[in-house]
Amino acid sequence: MDADIKDLDRLERLEGIGCSRKRREDPRFIQGKGNYVDDVKMPGMLFGIMVRSPYAHALIKSIDTSKAKALPGVHAVLTAEDLKPLKLHWMPTLAGDVQAVLADGKVSFQNQEVAFVVASDRYVAADAAELVEVDYEVLPAVVDPFAALNPDAPVIRPDLDGKETGAHGKRRHHNHIFNWQIGDRDKTDRAFDRAEVTVKQDMLYPRVHPCPLETCGCVASYDPVRGDLTVYITSQAPHVVRTVVGLLSSIPESKIRIISPDIGGGFGNKVGVYPGYVTAIVASIVLGRPVKWIESRSENLTTTAFARDYWMTGELAADRNGRISALRVNVMADHGAFDACADPTKWPAGMFHVCTGSYDIPNAHVSVDGVYTNKFPGGVSYRCSFRVTEAVYLIERMIDVLAQKLGIDKAEIRRRNFIRHDQFPYHTPLGLEFDSGNYAPALEKVLKAVDYDSLRAEQAAKRADPACPTLMGIGITTFTEIVGAGPSKSCDILGIGMFDSCEIRVHPDGSAISRMGTITQGQGHQTTYAQIIASEAGIAASLITVEEGDTATAPYGLGTYGSRSTPVAGAAIARASRKIREKARKIAAHLMEVSPDDLEFDLDRFNVKGDPSKSKTMKEVAWAAYNNVPEGIEMGLEAVDYYDPPNFTFPFGAYVCVLDINKKTGETKVRRFYALDDCGTRINPMIIEGQIHGGLTEGFAVAMGQELPYDAEGNVQGGTLMDYFLPTSVETPHWETDFTVTPSPHHPIGAKGVAESPHVGSIPCFSNAVIDAFCHLGTTHVNMPYNSYRVWQHAQSLKL
Amino acid sequence: MAKKIVVSFSLNGAPADVLVEPRELLIHTLREKLMITGPHIGCETSHCGACTVDLDGVSVKACTILTVQCDASEILTIEGFAKGGQLHPLQEGFTQEHGLQCGFCTPGMITRAYRLLKENPNPTEEEIRFWMAGNLCRCTGYQNIVKAIQYAAAKMRGEPVETSHPLMAEAGV
Amino acid sequence: MIPRSFEYHAPASLGEAIALLGQYGDEAKLLAGGHSLLPMMKLRFAGPGHLIDLNKVAGLKGIEVAGSELHIGAMTTENEIIFSKLVAETVPLLVETARQIADPQVRSRGTIGGDISHGDPGNDHPAVMLALKATFVLHSANGERLVPASEFFLGTYYTAMEPGEIMTQIQIPVLAKGTGSCYAKLKRKTGDYATAAAAVVLRLDHGICRDAAIALTNVAPAALLATDAAASLLGKAVDDGAIMEAARLAMSICEPAADMRGDESYKTAMAGQMVERALRTAVTRCSA
Repeated sequence: MDADIKDLDRLERLEGIGCSRKRREDPRFIQGKGNYVDDVKMPGMLFGIMVRSPYAHALIKSIDTSKAKALPGVHAVLTAEDLKPLKLHWMPTLAGDVQAVLADGKVSFQNQEVAFVVASDRYVAADAAELVEVDYEVLPAVVDPFAALNPDAPVIRPDLDGKETGAHGKRRHHNHIFNWQIGDRDKTDRAFDRAEVTVKQDMLYPRVHPCPLETCGCVASYDPVRGDLTVYITSQAPHVVRTVVGLLSSIPESKIRIISPDIGGGFGNKVGVYPGYVTAIVASIVLGRPVKWIESRSENLTTTAFARDYWMTGELAADRNGRISALRVNVMADHGAFDACADPTKWPAGMFHVCTGSYDIPNAHVSVDGVYTNKFPGGVSYRCSFRVTEAVYLIERMIDVLAQKLGIDKAEIRRRNFIRHDQFPYHTPLGLEFDSGNYAPALEKVLKAVDYDSLRAEQAAKRADPACPTLMGIGITTFTEIVGAGPSKSCDILGIGMFDSCEIRVHPDGSAISRMGTITQGQGHQTTYAQIIASEAGIAASLITVEEGDTATAPYGLGTYGSRSTPVAGAAIARASRKIREKARKIAAHLMEVSPDDLEFDLDRFNVKGDPSKSKTMKEVAWAAYNNVPEGIEMGLEAVDYYDPPNFTFPFGAYVCVLDINKKTGETKVRRFYALDDCGTRINPMIIEGQIHGGLTEGFAVAMGQELPYDAEGNVQGGTLMDYFLPTSVETPHWETDFTVTPSPHHPIGAKGVAESPHVGSIPCFSNAVIDAFCHLGTTHVNMPYNSYRVWQHAQSLKL
Repeated sequence: MAKKIVVSFSLNGAPADVLVEPRELLIHTLREKLMITGPHIGCETSHCGACTVDLDGVSVKACTILTVQCDASEILTIEGFAKGGQLHPLQEGFTQEHGLQCGFCTPGMITRAYRLLKENPNPTEEEIRFWMAGNLCRCTGYQNIVKAIQYAAAKMRGEPVETSHPLMAEAGV
Repeated sequence: MIPRSFEYHAPASLGEAIALLGQYGDEAKLLAGGHSLLPMMKLRFAGPGHLIDLNKVAGLKGIEVAGSELHIGAMTTENEIIFSKLVAETVPLLVETARQIADPQVRSRGTIGGDISHGDPGNDHPAVMLALKATFVLHSANGERLVPASEFFLGTYYTAMEPGEIMTQIQIPVLAKGTGSCYAKLKRKTGDYATAAAAVVLRLDHGICRDAAIALTNVAPAALLATDAAASLLGKAVDDGAIMEAARLAMSICEPAADMRGDESYKTAMAGQMVERALRTAVTRCSA
């Protein structure tokens, strides 16, 4: 009994994997002492602002910067002409294309960067920006990706004239970027030919934007005396930025320091390199002073990495019992004017090929065409894990479409098609190997929790009552995510494999410092990473300092996005910790004059097997590491691990949404949302729950109101918070969360990562619920967003 | 350029004097001249609330206040909450209930919640959501923010408090 | 994000404010709550050379009952209205309206006078003022004049205010016992302008309507008083049929502008829906 209490006490003090450790990040944030990029001040710092094109498509006849330059307090006004000698007026994108840093004779999307004004403060800069005079010759714009492939469509990219091959193969038209295909086309087509039932559905995943509360920005500081460049930057991938800056500037990486300090939300918005970063760096080098650039909210919403804009056609082939035999998908991907999609190099459609979902589908084929339009660049962002939002949306909608066609209950059709527990690891027809999953019990748990049968009964009663003022919808998703990019054989960013890293150094007093190649933007790495080390190396989490984001000290990593931190860096952390533990074992054995095999590891110490009175704590071992180590072993206690994952991880979930739609106004109220997530080993339940809440809220916003439409002239609509739907505490529903645990067999601690799942999985759930509300009237699909206007329009079309 | 004006006010209990153009926004004066970087800038259309400060006893968005309007005012920002190393119950509540993730909205949230609880020391969940609707958050979905405010309200009413996130949950839950 | 340069004036008295207005004419703009004007100036859609701040002018705040009227100082903020027991007791419609305007921080600065005199068809108080048969007190160098709400709202950003005038007070007849009222506003999210909204004031006598007023927000260049719709209820029980007829008449005068909130047909339909919703709620609040 006493031993149990003592163990519990030691376990508590360790704060290892599984406990809801309060966050180490909080003290500075709750006292207003965070260090975000716009908080950074350096002596002599100047402020830069972009001058942007009001037109979507235009030639630049001339730029007159003289009035701007003459304003007192203005230090420089850069245009493409100034960047040309440095060959920096264009820069490579992460998708193998190029993007104009400052418009070179032509603008191709509204708000494209044309000039960069640097002044003593932001007030002077704002005045000077108004004084830059640009003479435009407006050209016709094309904002419809299908129209962009018409033979007489405007040429958006004259710089690619004559280039019939792009980074991803042949281009069939001047506005075509790539065609990417995966799967067995012939087998799939034959399965369709043979099928008893086929369904086909067009669906649009509209263009949206992650809109983190902190906009993008940097402080670039070139020290002309030392020849060093330091850049504080809102980046989810500081090492990649360093490599890119090195490539662009020819400054060796050893003289470049990129620092991602505190980041106010990333969500994929802060992965790419934006023109403002480049111009700030150039200005700093030219002027020899620090230059700060912080974009405004509307610049953020209308020029930085958008998300989605996928026009998808899904088809399923099945037998009359709803058992699916094939999936066929065609996608038109609108990439905007420059392909800056932040995908792994080999996959221009990211991991869209996870679209067979949680279902055992023997045949599948996907074809994606990427197209240029006069819109701002991006594509992969917004908690999507590289197009996985699109893939999961597609399959979860299609299975509902099939269910409706056959009159099979939407939960039942999923049960009939689930990959069974004994089929894992499961090879999909599109080349992925799902590590583990257990879908049916997850679905059953959720259906029981919401009393699904009663909900369907209530829905039937309401449908039978003509006086009922609302339509009730029940949405289900049972999704599988793919995260943890990724194995270097298939995943690289600009040629760098997507491994990640951890180094740990234990000090003589038993406390430790550790650094990783990832960078938290609110996910709580400072807290959770220490928990992994605590469990694996027996050092109390409170004694572990975790640092990320400074390329001068952190080992190389590919950053944090696509829920890759836990699966990749988390594995490196566990392995580095085990290296520490193994060296500690040898030192402990040496101190106790026994063989290392005679020792067993017990939470925070090594006991001699069979004689627990003889033990050495990690604290004692740490001290000894600096003065008394066995022969043949170096002093010190530190380890580094670079982890190249053998596979992705596949977290999954089962969600149910119940909502009620006012027939007369289209107003939709989410009555209940129950989310069960399985992310394998759960490191910190409190933090997981917080991530789920956040992802569900984003999903709610996307499904129910977010959009960035364009008018025919290429003017982007709704690019401020007046229109862009960010729900407040009033609109946001109450979330219920639940979990199962199916560890990843290939991950050192069985953890899969979770933060993107609620975003990926909830959007089709809301969509399915809204459509379910109308499906008894024949509706098979309605595109998002489901604002009351669009829902009303649909109700009107049904003459409700 | 308009002539600059000297503006004097009390900032977190201490006197402050600044020299500003009439057009200078309070948020910029705080962040650039007075080293108060807790309140943040998240938009330019007065929607997000990240810049929220307490001005003469009401919550305001400092991005929509001219500094010249604040002569002889009393301004409280997040930096003025902890006293002598002792956290305000709201600050404690936000940590206990995991009411923050990236932290960017947090200073504005806490500053607003402070005034909310002064106006209504015993708010219902609906009242909390309604009276916090001027502060946007992209990370938390607000659920734990509500709990954090309820935690603080209870503590400030002298009631016992307990976190809904115990360190070691019951086995099997 | 940064306004253009301007001169700032903070008069301490109404006389001083009026004199400044006279001095600077159309180069000057009055600064009340500032949450309509300053955002426009920050986006550089407006750039007045002079701002005359009313926040330090004595005598423009205060809520009191004078005879059978509620008098509200023009610089009274929306939150002050929400928290006022006097307003809740005499004209609860104002509390309900103020609660649906913007968000808590904006409401701590935004004023009822500013909301009314800006002339923005999206602002909420104008329709409510029409339904309440309010009167506005305007001061100028020539003295004071009273303008009824029904003559005040002329078009988009166009009111009956003359150059050199400052609104100082809003006068509202206290609602008779048994009057029911409601402001029903359809909006996309907190802080948004109305897609459509309806203000309704109803007095029933043993179930029969003796007095009615219906006014609409943001479905025309200015707030609309739906006189025919209100008249159609007089002498009748306000049942489903009467409500739908009133809504139909209200919709027939709508001329909304299409925008991201919706097209003309949707906004008109929503105006009808809000009239129905407001009428149904108002009926339940009539205690006669």
